[in-house]
Amino acid sequence: MDQIMKVNELSVVYGKGCDYCRDSNNPLEKNRCPHCMAVCAVRDISLELYDSEILGVVGESGSGKTTLMKALYFDIIPTKGSAYLAAYNNGETDIFSVSSQQQRAIRNNLLGMVYQNPVMGLLMNYSSGGNVAQKLIAAGHRNVAAMQERTAQLLDHMEIPLNRVKEPPRNFSGGMQQRVQISKAIANNPPVLLLDEVTTGLDLSVQAKVLDLIRMVQKQLNISVIVVSHDLAVIRMLSDRTVVMLDGQIVEHGFTDQILEDPQHWFTQTLVHSLI
Amino acid sequence: MNENDYNFAFLDEGSKREIRRAIIKAITIPGCQIPFGSRELPIGRGWGTGGLQITLSIIGPDDILKVIDQGNDDSVNAISIKKFVSRCTGVEQTTDTQKATIIQSRHRIPEEKLGENHVLVLQVPNPEPLRSVERSVLKARQMHGDTEYSAAWLLLYEQIVRYGKITMGAGYPVLVDGRYVMAPSPIPRYDTLGLDDADCLYLFGAGREKMIYAVPPHTSVVPLDFDDFPFELENVEERVCRICGAENVYFDEIFDSETGERHYQCSDSGFCAKNAAAKQI
Repeated sequence: MDQIMKVNELSVVYGKGCDYCRDSNNPLEKNRCPHCMAVCAVRDISLELYDSEILGVVGESGSGKTTLMKALYFDIIPTKGSAYLAAYNNGETDIFSVSSQQQRAIRNNLLGMVYQNPVMGLLMNYSSGGNVAQKLIAAGHRNVAAMQERTAQLLDHMEIPLNRVKEPPRNFSGGMQQRVQISKAIANNPPVLLLDEVTTGLDLSVQAKVLDLIRMVQKQLNISVIVVSHDLAVIRMLSDRTVVMLDGQIVEHGFTDQILEDPQHWFTQTLVHSLI
Repeated sequence: MNENDYNFAFLDEGSKREIRRAIIKAITIPGCQIPFGSRELPIGRGWGTGGLQITLSIIGPDDILKVIDQGNDDSVNAISIKKFVSRCTGVEQTTDTQKATIIQSRHRIPEEKLGENHVLVLQVPNPEPLRSVERSVLKARQMHGDTEYSAAWLLLYEQIVRYGKITMGAGYPVLVDGRYVMAPSPIPRYDTLGLDDADCLYLFGAGREKMIYAVPPHTSVVPLDFDDFPFELENVEERVCRICGAENVYFDEIFDSETGERHYQCSDSGFCAKNAAAKQI
């Protein structure tokens, strides 16, 4: 299988950091450095994403999942590490080393992001159609009729009624807002989609629907997805492979079935056994 | 108190130098907003202090000043600014566009073509074209840096979706020199094309927002638009100025509530007077 994305030893430190916590072999108190008190949210994480697979990232709250996603989407500047995208310069250039203008282009053309909180990803006072169209405009589309057709198609795909396309997302329920965000994220068929706790805070029936839609879209468009969740049920349903994060580090990785049926690390065992 | 107690052009030399530096930087990066330390003036911020500070900084004893307010040479604001500048510099005033060397304007570009000898100083209430989409000044500046202008286009897109056309009447966003999206101050859409490849220098000053920007002569200025919704000017066909009989200019509409009639007259009063006088001869 082709590699779509590769992340090498990515670290995000909130605070100055010192020689002690820069060495990832030294133990921390949870994720806080006992010497300089910096929070090492993500610590030397390396992972690969393959063609049209869904990679699950699971871990307790505060384990660095969201920070990892935000770093990959250029919302946070990583402290160290590199990442390569097959679709960007044949995967030969570290996307963290290029200019902010280039990063913006990568974001607009090659990545899609769905935030846990729709306020982060949507303009709440603009029409839902406009929100989706913004991603198309950013990718260089300049034909209104074509964009309107495409946004209508995307929102319809996400089961947003067509007569509500002109309404702003602030009029919508949480589940609908999330579906508008997904439409926006996949608007120009990005090769990589990042989903950050998409279903958190939604009730179970809406959760199931959103997950169904994600799976359907992923199959149809053959995109590679990184899905972050603290909910093992979501991970079980969506992902092919899973990594388990604890205190900013990956403690276990493998096929999802393997991890859920035969967890090796004590933390994964606790996580799996605390499933109700 | 003696008027001569003030420095030439009211501002102290240090302030003028700082503003001139900002102007030079603005000219070298067309369309980019350059911050400057907006000074206190005897008029309130929001009443043209940005334009006024530029005028005061670049004016010399040999300049000839024209000030217009929505095209008018004789409105209260235009006259007050004109009087103030002449009192503290002693420069000559005029209403004749061709005669003037510095024209300070609120929201109009004169109908008469401006030449190399002209500097048009525009007063700007809101210099940030991305403001309505991004409230954070820091983030908006990052967006300018990244040429991330999808939000500016989105504003126009929303209008098309809602009303079937672009409804922006004034301050139509433009792309300057293929790089920066700029708010051309609320000049009517009619004047937007006058910015493109002009012979004169345009300077924009926002006193309240503390920004200066510029469009140097012969710079490309292109209004943002879509393939299927190209930029359109206001329709001024079949309108004739009731005073001078001019056509194809930008008009004020005057409504007579007693008779219910609508009249049109040139918005540019200096041009109108000149035109009317020429016809009488």
